[in-house]
Parts: sequence; C-alpha cells; structure tokens
Amino acid sequence: MEKPKAVLIVGGGIAGIQAALDLGDMGIKVHLVEKNPSIGGRMAQLDKTFPTNDCSICILSPKLADCFRHQNITLHTLSEVKEVKGQMRDFSIKLRKYARFVDEEKCVNCGDCSAKCPVKVPDEFDMKLRKREAIYPYYLQGVPAVMTIDREKCLYLTREVCKICEKFCAREAIDFEQKDTDVTLRVGAIIVATGFDPYDPSGISQYGYERYRNVIQSLEYERLICASGPTGGHLLRLSDNKPADRIAFIQCVGSRDFRNNRYCSSVCCMHATKEAMLAYEHDPKVKSHIFYMDLRAGGKGFQEYVSRGEQEYNISYIRGRVAKITEDHDENPIIWYEETQTSETKKMTVDLAVLATSFVPRKNVEELAGTLGVELDEHGFFKTDPLSPLDTTRLGIFTCGCCREPTDIPESVAQASGAAGRAAEAVMG
Amino acid sequence: MDDVRVGVFICHCGTNIGGFLDVLRLVDYTQSLPNVACAKDNKYTCSDAGLTEIKNAIAEKKLDRVVVASCTPRTHEPLFRSTCKEAGLNPYLFQFVNIRDQCSWVHMQEREKATEKAKALIKMGVARAALLEPLEETEVEVTPCAMVIGGGITGMTCALSLAKRDFEVKLVEKEERLGGTLNSLYRLYPTQDEASKLIQAKAEDLQKNPKVEVLTSSEVKEVKGFVGNYDVTVKHGENDRLLKAGVIIVATGAEALKPTSMYSYNGENIISQMELEQRLEKGKLNANKVVMIQCVGSRNEERAYCSKVCCLTALKNAMLIKEADSNAQVFVLYRDIVAQGTQYEDYYGKARETGITFIKYSPERKPVVEKGSVRVYDELLNEELTIPYDLVVLSTPMISHHDSAILAQKLKVPVDKNGFFLEAHVKLRPVDFATDGIYVCGCAHWPADISESISQAYAAASRASIPLSVGHVKTEPLTPVVNEDECTGCSLCELTCSFQAIRVEETEKGRKAKVIAASCKGCGACGAGCPHKAITMQHFTDEQLLAQIISLGEVKP
Repeated sequence: MEKPKAVLIVGGGIAGIQAALDLGDMGIKVHLVEKNPSIGGRMAQLDKTFPTNDCSICILSPKLADCFRHQNITLHTLSEVKEVKGQMRDFSIKLRKYARFVDEEKCVNCGDCSAKCPVKVPDEFDMKLRKREAIYPYYLQGVPAVMTIDREKCLYLTREVCKICEKFCAREAIDFEQKDTDVTLRVGAIIVATGFDPYDPSGISQYGYERYRNVIQSLEYERLICASGPTGGHLLRLSDNKPADRIAFIQCVGSRDFRNNRYCSSVCCMHATKEAMLAYEHDPKVKSHIFYMDLRAGGKGFQEYVSRGEQEYNISYIRGRVAKITEDHDENPIIWYEETQTSETKKMTVDLAVLATSFVPRKNVEELAGTLGVELDEHGFFKTDPLSPLDTTRLGIFTCGCCREPTDIPESVAQASGAAGRAAEAVMG
Repeated sequence: MDDVRVGVFICHCGTNIGGFLDVLRLVDYTQSLPNVACAKDNKYTCSDAGLTEIKNAIAEKKLDRVVVASCTPRTHEPLFRSTCKEAGLNPYLFQFVNIRDQCSWVHMQEREKATEKAKALIKMGVARAALLEPLEETEVEVTPCAMVIGGGITGMTCALSLAKRDFEVKLVEKEERLGGTLNSLYRLYPTQDEASKLIQAKAEDLQKNPKVEVLTSSEVKEVKGFVGNYDVTVKHGENDRLLKAGVIIVATGAEALKPTSMYSYNGENIISQMELEQRLEKGKLNANKVVMIQCVGSRNEERAYCSKVCCLTALKNAMLIKEADSNAQVFVLYRDIVAQGTQYEDYYGKARETGITFIKYSPERKPVVEKGSVRVYDELLNEELTIPYDLVVLSTPMISHHDSAILAQKLKVPVDKNGFFLEAHVKLRPVDFATDGIYVCGCAHWPADISESISQAYAAASRASIPLSVGHVKTEPLTPVVNEDECTGCSLCELTCSFQAIRVEETEKGRKAKVIAASCKGCGACGAGCPHKAITMQHFTDEQLLAQIISLGEVKP
C-alpha cells in the first residue's frame, strides 16, 4: 500500500491552524482535529494582541475561514484522537467524532433555537462570565459557524424532555439521532498543538480568587474588555457593574513559585502591559499598577512597548511580589506588598485586581501523550530537545506552540510553520 | 454603467464598528445610492455566515460588484475577494471601504460625525466600484531552487530541511567556513554542549547532501527578478557567478556590540561576554573575582530593546567559571533577569545555588567600574557596595549585522529602526517578508537563542517550500499598462520604479516602456509620474479615482 502523504494536526488554535495552512499550501493533505465545537483556540478569546494592539479575532478570523475553505484541509471539530498505531510515514489513527446533534450542512447559525432553549449554563468561552443555552454557538466568529448541543446540559439528551429547539428550527437542522462515530485515518506524520490552560488561582488562597468578586484572572479580563465579550467591551466590576478606574495587575501567579509551577510563563509581563493599555484606551481616567518580579520584555518591540505603557498609558511598574489581597466594605481589593526597591511594606486599594495566571498544560494531557506514545517534561509539556525543538520523543510526531512551552503568538506561529516543515520532511522526504 | 448592480455589506464588527457608528443609518443611506441593488448589515461580515450572505446575494440579487464596509483591507481584502470568486464574480470587482480604522477607531468619541464620514466613504466606494473592471491573475513558473544567505546554525538548518524535501539549495556564506556566530562561542546553554561540535555535525550533514551546494567566501552582489525567478549574482574572490533561485532565505545573523568606551572597556581585564567565551574555550581565565554587568548598551535611550539572550549567556559563563574553580567569586549585576520558559528558570536557580551573587541595579544608578573595584548601588539592599575584581565582563546586546542594510537594499526588503530585518506582520507572519519569495529567520530578524533560531530556520524552510512545491505563483494584476502610442520612451518611469519592474526597450515603434508584471508591486509611482499619461494603473485608473473624488464633492456636509 502506498505511504499516506497526509498529516494529522491535533489542536485547532493559532499554532495548529498555521501548521495546517502551510502544509495545505504545500499540497499536503491535512486532518485538523479540535475537541471544541469550533477552531480558534485561546487566541480567539483574546481582545487585542501585543505589541501592535491588533484586534485578535480580526487577524485570526481570515485564517479560520482559510482553513475551512482550504481544499487540502479537513476539519474534525468535536473530535478526539483515541488511538495511534504504526510509525512515521505510516500512522493509523482512530478518531472519535462526537455528535453535535446539529446538521452542519443545514444550520446557518441564526440563533432561533438558542433563543427558545430554557437551559442556562455558564459559558466556557467567556470564562463563565455569562450564561449560555444548551444549544449554542461556541463563539460568535467560530468556524464552522454552526450551533452545537451540549449533551451534558440538554434537557432532552439528559431527561428526554423538551426538544423545543427542534420545533423552532426552520431549517430542520436539529438531529437528536446523531451518534458518535469512529473514523480511521492514515497519515505520515503528526503535529501536536493542543495549547495551554490557565492555572487555577483558587489554590493560592491569599489572593482571594473566587472569594472576592473583583479579583479576576487574565483570561477573564480579556473577555471583559472584548467587544464581543459578556459586557460588550465595557470594563465593569463583577460586584457592582461600576467601571474599574484603579487596576492592579499581579504577575507570576502560579509561576516562578516553588509551591506551584517553577517555570516562567514567558508572556505575562507583556499581556499585562497590553491589558493595562487597553483599560486606558477605554477610559483615560484609568490608573494601572503592574506588580512584577523581573520584567521580561525580550521580544521584538517589547521593551519599547513597556516604555510606551509607562509614558503614555498611565502604567506604573512596581517590583515586588504581592503577599496577599484582602477587600474593604465596598468590595475593593486591597493589595498588600513589599516594594522591594524601598523595602517598605505597603497596601494599595484598587477597583479591580487581575491575576496573571501561569500557563499550564491542558488537563488530560497525560492521556493524549499516552495515546500518542510521546513523553512529557517534568511540568507536563510535550518534551523536546533544545537542538531539535520541534520534535517530540517519538519519530514522526512534532509539536509547536504552548503545549511544548508557554510561548507568545509570533513564536507559536513560527514554531507552527517549523513543525509543518518537519512534518513535510517526514511525509515527502 | 447604468446597469451595474452593486451589493454593499456593512459590518458591525461586534461593537468595534457597531458600538461607535450608527450602522443601521448607514444601511438606509446606502440603499439610496446610485447602482446599489442591495445594502445589508452583518454582525461580522467576515464570519462564515456573513460570507455566505455575500455569496447568496451575488446569486439572488444578480450582483456584479461587491462593496464591504468594515475593518481594513490589510487583513480582510483577500478573504472577501476570494468569497466573490467562489460565487463566480471576478475578485477585482470587489471594493473595500474602511470604516473601522478610518471612522470608528479614530473618532470613537464622535458618533454623529464618524457616521457621516462613513457615509461619505461608502458613497465614494460605491462610485468607484461601479467603474471596476474584471482582471485576471497571471501565473509564472518557479525555479525549483532555494538560496539561503548565511551559513550559521540557522542557515545550515534551513538548507538541510529544504534539501531533505529534495529541493536544490545554494548556501552562501561570506566567511571561509560555516558556523557564523557559533564559531566564536564556547558552550551553549542550557545543555552546556560545545558549540563547535554542533557546527561540525551540521557542516558534515551539508557536505554529504548532494542537493546542497555550499559557497563559502562568497557574497551576494546583486539580486534581480521576482518570486519564483530570482537571478542572484554571487561574488567569490574576483569571480562573479549568476545563480537562479525561486526563493531566497535571509539567515545572516547578528553581531555582538563591542563595548568600546563603556565602563572603561579595555579588552584586557574589562572585556565583553564574547571575549570571555574565547578565554573560557582556551581554558585560561586567571581571574578569581569576576563581575558581570548586564544591559551594557541596551535598554537605554540609544538602544531601547532587550537583547533577550544576554542574561542566559551570563548565567552560563558564570556557571562555567564556578565549575572550573568553585572558589571563584562571581557577581552578576542585572536589571531584570530574563530567563523565560520552562527550562531557564531552573537554570537560573542552579546558578544561584552554585554561589553566584546577583545584584539588582537600576538605570538611574548604574555601576561604576573603577581601578580594581566596581561600585554598585544594590536596589534590594538599598546600599552601595564596592566589589573588588580581577575581571569585569560586559554583557552587550546583539546588534544588527553591519552588512544588513546593504543586503536589505539589494533584496529591496525593509529593516526596522534597530537595523534588524522587518517581517511582513509582527504577529502572524514572523518569517515572511512583504515581498513574495523572500524569508527571514534567526538573529537577522531579532536576537534569538539557538533553540529559537532552529525553530525559525525550519519555519522559513517551510514557508519557502510552498512556492517550490506548487511550482508556480500567481501575480496580482494590479500592474500598469502602457499605451505605446502615447509613450515617448523618456525613461522617467524606469527611473521612478523602486522594483525594476518597468524598462524602456527598443521596439518597432521606437523606444517604449515595458512592464515586468511579476516584479511589479502595484505602487503606481510610474503611472503618477508619467508626463504623457501613457501609463494606466489597472484597478486604480484615473476614471475610478476621479469618480471617488467627485462623489465626495457631492456629499452634503
């Protein structure tokens, strides 16, 4: 049998998407697997991107559409890799495609169904800051742009009552008869690009996350300040819907910390700077304080970006690790810290505290690594060697982006192209 | 022109536009414009649903021109053009109107005026759309060969990756031997492997590979042509050789700033980190008290950037000194320790454990190197310290290679304000140039460590392999056409063109300008400059532009 000239990509974020587009453009067939209902990944959740402050979804969405329409790329959303057999140049993959209960060909994403759905559950894409229905679009610009029924929450699928969406869908796109299916694919190489999860800061009890409503984490902040987010882009406190004028950004939450993750998450100094800039752009009254340990701004244009933040966006950088956060009677967070440059213990009352949580491996990463037969490093990221930075421990399986190490977007994109190159060497060489 | 049917799609872009302009009023207004067969608003025109709506409208409303009023053509014009194409409409019958960058973003506080401005822009767009003409892309063959400029670790990795894919590669290195900056380094972090061994292994792989021709002691002298068809003259001694390449990859690296006249640098007991590498390699340091100073010549007014690799280089060399002599005292005076990622924090921790002393200083109170000792104000102790030394090592940043500007001119690609090559898009096209068929990787782009350079080398190889794999490239028809009856052969256009895309040649009718479409970037300079109006820019004809301007005059304030 002829060797398959195709590549499997696991993960449909910016890294997986870029790798897919490069391979597709080379004329190599690609299977792009995403476990969520739409591709886009973490980048789709961001409001703007540093250091250009480009709107994240605006620069991403043409790539989503390109992936969808590319003749060499097959999208497998709501899908998971269940089994990998064989070796480089001849892998056999078993893929589980979960039922969407919506016919992708018929659905036009009009929203008539979700308008009638009686179920209300926290929306994962918006970091649970708003409620969604049990039939829902994963996010507004998601690709494929179709509805999905949440099998865990749908009344019919859990209790066999309701089916109201079916009645109101004029296009008869609802299909409760859909079943999960297994497909077998043959590929010559695999790229792992499954990204990261934000660290859950509730374990650091002194910061009061979940206890105080005005202590949030970075990805929640991104959704809050994003025009398509739960507040329509207004930076409002969760406690009283009042605008936040004094903001504290707490760096290294869960990172560079022996009790949690020892490593540095690489991008938080920059995204905090960006987030503070955005607040100022929304309202020039805003004053931001960034509490940091070492300011790490080594990328192209990054140091200049930080200086601009200080000079033009009313941002102060305070070197010091925050000891604890308490709150006053108006639910204003109080930041307790030692300003190490003066050795003074101080406190500062703000309207909103934003925790720059570290990037951690996706949950279930061990299971995926097991299925793929590759090793993880001591932190749970896909293991690579500094001199073969895109190769996993198994021949023919490559990796890029935040699943191998916390990485910013340009570096993820470069790694994705690089991993595509390595995969092309494997299938074409 | 009366029977033209224009469809206009106005995007809310979530609230990016919709939050600042009255989009529904724009729709109402647009419906009243001449030639408009339909006007609609979309939450996101670029979403799958929005694109489907355009395609359906082209069929159902028999549209022969499409206008989208939304964000910016920079990111979205290709998408809407291909949507038109998919619906059977020539993609050059599409017109973009930018109401986000030019209205909602710049006039956020002025909803009324911003909406009026958007009305004017839409009107102008519709007026031009009516005069658009269908154009066809042209196809050119791609020479199946890549030229990699620079034979350091980045260039070598890139060349090998392409050769493994069976593409011919010419690797051009101006020095006598391959290896680049790594030839001056001793060991590499974080594995502490010897740099020379890595270089040797890569060089052997290259020599063995029949697909790669290595040209050492060679320099790029002249570059002509365009994507798929570059003619590169390479100078080797007194001889010039003309090489053909479909794509070119720039991997020329960077160099370390020499700390001349900084901190009493003398090259003897006050040296640069690069010079320390060489002393460590020779194994004779003769120094027991070593003070390293970070950010020498960087993160200052003259050179604002952080060079990213200097902290780790200092950590590595400090550890090597301690390894050779555990009694040695090593001080690292730093501003911020940049040790990003999953491996380097532990590396930093290891350095601290070996007894290296780290002292934080601020740019306001820089260390002072005196005879025999360094004075430094410790920011954390809030105290001035005097540290005796045998050797001071200055960590200077990587700066752009001194030849970069000249090479950039030959390739007609830009450099940034620090002299590093400037990529097409900072976020999403990190190894491409805006010019098709030319790519960049490694330290030529920005300071990078070995690991990142290798990743980028593979990335550039991957991107460059796209035209090589496809075998042909399409060029946009946004090119000039010459009316030979009007052309007097004056050569002004040839002098004006920055891309060597127009040449005056002898013809039967005398000297006439000829366009080399594939080199043309569509800038329009030749057309604007032609004193005889003999050059028409396709897609930007005088008629089309005038129609826009005239329609603006008709807008009532």
